[in-house]
Formats: sequence, structure tokens, C-alpha cells
Amino acid sequence: MFVQQLINGITVGGIYALIALGYTMVYGILKIVNFAHGDVFMIGGFMGLILAQTTNLPIWIAYPLAMLITALIGVLIERICYRPIRLHGADALAILISALGVSIFLENFAQLVWGTETHAYVQKIQRTAYNIAGITLSNIQIGVIVLCIILMIVLYLVVNKTKMGMAMRATSQSITSAQLMGINTEKVIALTFGVGSALACVAGILVGTYYDAVYPLIGYSYGLKAFAAAILGGIGSVPGAMLGGFLLGIVETLGAGYISTGYRDAFAFGILILVLLFRPSGLLGKKHVDKV
Amino acid sequence: MAMLEINDLKVKYGVIPALKGLTFHVDEGEIVALIGANGAGKTTTLHAISAIVDKSGGTISFNGKNITNEKAYKIVGMGIAHVQEGRGIFSEMTVLENLMIGAYLRKDKADIQADLKQVYSLFPRLEERKAQNAGTLSGGEQQMLSIGRALMAKPRMLLLDEPSMGLAPVVVEDIFRTIRKLNKELHMTILLVEQNAQMTLHVVNRAYIMENGKIVHSGTAKELRENDEIRKTYLGL
Ligand SMILES: Nc1ncnc2c1ncn2[C@@H]1O[C@H](COP(=O)(O)OP(=O)(O)OP(=O)(O)O)[C@@H](O)[C@H]1O
Ligand SMILES: [Mg+2]
Repeated sequence: MFVQQLINGITVGGIYALIALGYTMVYGILKIVNFAHGDVFMIGGFMGLILAQTTNLPIWIAYPLAMLITALIGVLIERICYRPIRLHGADALAILISALGVSIFLENFAQLVWGTETHAYVQKIQRTAYNIAGITLSNIQIGVIVLCIILMIVLYLVVNKTKMGMAMRATSQSITSAQLMGINTEKVIALTFGVGSALACVAGILVGTYYDAVYPLIGYSYGLKAFAAAILGGIGSVPGAMLGGFLLGIVETLGAGYISTGYRDAFAFGILILVLLFRPSGLLGKKHVDKV
Repeated sequence: MAMLEINDLKVKYGVIPALKGLTFHVDEGEIVALIGANGAGKTTTLHAISAIVDKSGGTISFNGKNITNEKAYKIVGMGIAHVQEGRGIFSEMTVLENLMIGAYLRKDKADIQADLKQVYSLFPRLEERKAQNAGTLSGGEQQMLSIGRALMAKPRMLLLDEPSMGLAPVVVEDIFRTIRKLNKELHMTILLVEQNAQMTLHVVNRAYIMENGKIVHSGTAKELRENDEIRKTYLGL
């Protein structure tokens, strides 16, 4: 029972982590919370569904295409709704309001186009369940976990070992200093939104496939959980978002399994409150000891 | 022809003017200082050259090319490296990463390695600490890193904003010695911003003295050192 719950927790946790990465990367660079990110995740899920359902494309083309489109939507959101405010020198609050506006727009847009109901997801992969020593595991579940881990490793390597990653890290520490090094920070910011949105799209497709459902308001709860995961790990920290996502998934699944499913969300936010009380910068967040 | 030529430069923060029409130049091979009290507009001048702040008037040209409307991230590629006030190092990156990011736009791998060696020979401390997080360096070491990082861009001109700020007198002397060496041995053209007029006027060829966003005096270092008014106000003699 414990191992079973643990595995289920890791599965949702990986999905939270993928979404949390988008929050944390954007926060790391711009110090803003992109409240539309949960809805980008929803759009990504729908993109995957539509492309796989209405075209005859195999999923290994349809899903990357959905990622690309979602990435472009993320970049456009930044370009149209945040950049003008940012370059105008307005404070974070103005961008926050804009983000909420984008979120409301995307949710209503989705309801208008796809209706308010829950859609069954395309199931192009035959679901098979394995039973190993009393633990039930599906191939989908294994796929979700493996894919989440691979994507995180790739992201980690890109951020830490490539020139583009170096530019991202530099931009997140100081936009001005990064520009003085010759880094086109606007391009880095656009790229950050693109990568975060593509990962959210993967999460949307995975949720759709795993739970066989997508609906216009799905981004609300997942977005909130993933945001909590990002805070839990230390917002701005890429490894933090990964750790926070898995931890949140595991805690809420164990809590739901052992105590009561009704309190699933209470466990998630309970642990968040505890961490914030005792370690406000999050588990892997920096404690701001900048030397002057 | 001057290497850097600034003509009637104006900058405003909101409605408040910070630079009220600045005209000066730096010739190739020179060290020129901008000296002035707190708030005179020295940092703003360097920020305007690097396009970090918007200009409300005037022109800036570098090597005969008008760079007034260039974007900030293009300036270093044109050959101007800016060592910021307060150093502006990336404190969560290692010393080596900081140096390598200085060479962000360069593609010549072998040349970059040669320049890295040169920076290390100029500042042996940096080599000893290359794997250390830059945020853990002492103030003097951070200043060395900031200058070293600027050199990694292989610039034709360095803008140095108060490199002596907050450093102990011995370290300040060290930094000034390095600045002179950069100019004499590496033939680097330097625009140096300083409040420490005493020391600065012994290192530079010429200086401009700023007050309230304007240049109020200019001349060779020797002329300025011998000017009674300047001796009184800026050298405290
Ligand atoms: N970002 C800003 N917003 C508003 N006003 C500013 C800003 N930066 C500088 N100023 C103002 O512009 C004037 C010039 O500032 P600047 O930083 O250029 O002076 P400085 O000569 O470099 O001084 P210091 O020696 O203290 O570094 C000051 O009155 C300052 O208050
Ligand atoms: Mg200054």
C-alpha cells in the first residue's frame, strides 16, 4: 500500500514539477508570478488533444507540434501582455494584474471554443497494467515518470552546461549586467517563456493521458498546486521546482491514501504553510546573502 | 579623431535632469577621468554610453560610428566594456563562469583561453579561486573579477565606475596600479569615474570635473592638480 501510494505520488508529483518549472523559471528571471501559466498548461493539453484527434499525425509528431504551438503562445503572452508593461518601468503589481487578465481570457476562450465540459483524451497508447508484488503499475504511469525525469535532466543540463543556459542564469541574476556582457536579454526572456510553456504542454498531455480528461478550468487547480510546489522548493530555483513538485505529489497522495481523500488539497497546502513558516525561502531557495 | 566622442549628452530621470548637456572625448590610448561628488552624474554618463539609460538628447560616437541609438547588449560587441559601480558580478556563478561570460560574444576559443591566461596573470587570486562562487569573494577580489571579466570581452575601451569604492587603501593602490598597467602594457583606452581625485589625478592623462550634471572644469591631470580652485574643492589642499 505504501509503495503503491508512493508511486502514484511520484507520478502526479512529476507532473506538478513540469508545471512548476515554468513558474520558477519566469520568476527567476523577471521576479513576477505568471498567473496565466496554469492556463497555458490547459491550452497545451487541448492542443495535444486536437492535434492528435483531428489530424492523422502520429503522436510523436502531433505532441511535439502541440509543444511548439504552446511555446509560441507563451512567448506571445509575454510579448503582448507583459513586455510593454515591463519596458514601461511599471511595477510587478501591474504585470500581476495583466497576468490575471490573461488567465481569465484563456479560461473563457477555452470555454467558448471547447465548451465547459470535460473531454475524454485521445488514447493512442494501449494501456496495460502490470502487477508486481501487489503493486499495480500501468505503462502510462511508467511513461509519465520516465518522461518527467528525462525532461528535468535535459533542462538541468541546458541551464547549467550550455551557453544559452549561462545566459539564462546571468539574466536571472541581473538583466543589466547580462546586457553589458552582450546577452540579448529580451531573447532570453522569450526563450524562458517558450521553454516553460512547452513543459506545461507536456504536463497537459500527460494529465490528459493519465486521467483521460481535459477541461477549460483544469489549469486552475494544477496551476495552484504547481505554484505551491515552486514555492515549496524555493521559487526561482530549478532543482527546487523539481523537488517541490515530487514532494507535493507524494505528500498529498500519501495523505489522501492514509488519512482521507477529502483532505488531499489540505495536505498539499499544509506542507506549504509549514515550509514557509520554518524556511521562508523554500527548501532549495537562496537566502539572499548578496554581498555589497 | 577621438575614440569616444560625446556631444551635448542629456539624460533625464522622469522629469529631473541628471545630465544637462555633456561634451567630452577620449582619445585612443588615453586614460581620462570623470571626477565629481556624489550625485554629479558620473554613473549616469557611463550608463548612457552603455545604453542602460535612455538619452533625452545628444550624440555618442565610438571610432567614428554613431552609437547613440544602439541597444545595450550591442555595445560590448562594438568594443566598449563596462565595469559597473558596485562591480555587477554574477554572485551565484563561479569566478571562472563570470570570466567566461565576459567573452559571451566571442567565438575564437583559442584566443579566449589566451586572454583567460592573461587575466589570471594580472590577477593570480582569480585563478586560485576560479571554482569558488563569486559572491564569496572579498570586495577587492570582486573588483578584480569585474575588471577581469570586462577584459575577457577583448574590448578597445574600458569604462570603470569607481573601482576604488569601499576598498581598503592598500587594495585601492593595487587597483590603481592595475589600471595604469592595463593602459601602459595592454594599451587599453580607459574612461575612469572616480571620487578619489587625489589618486586619480596621478594616474590619468586628462580629467573632466562634473557638478550637477555638467562639466565644470577640464584639462590635463597636471593642469588640474595645479589649479588653485580644484586643489581647494577636490583635493582638500
Ligand atoms: N535610476 C534613477 N532614478 C532616478 N534618479 C536617479 C537614478 N539614478 C541616478 N539618479 C539621480 O541622478 C543623479 C546622478 O546620479 P549618478 O548615479 O549618475 O551620480 P554619480 O556621480 O555616479 O554619484 P556617486 O558618486 O554617488 O556614484 C543623482 O541626483 C541621482 O539621484
Ligand atoms: Mg556613481
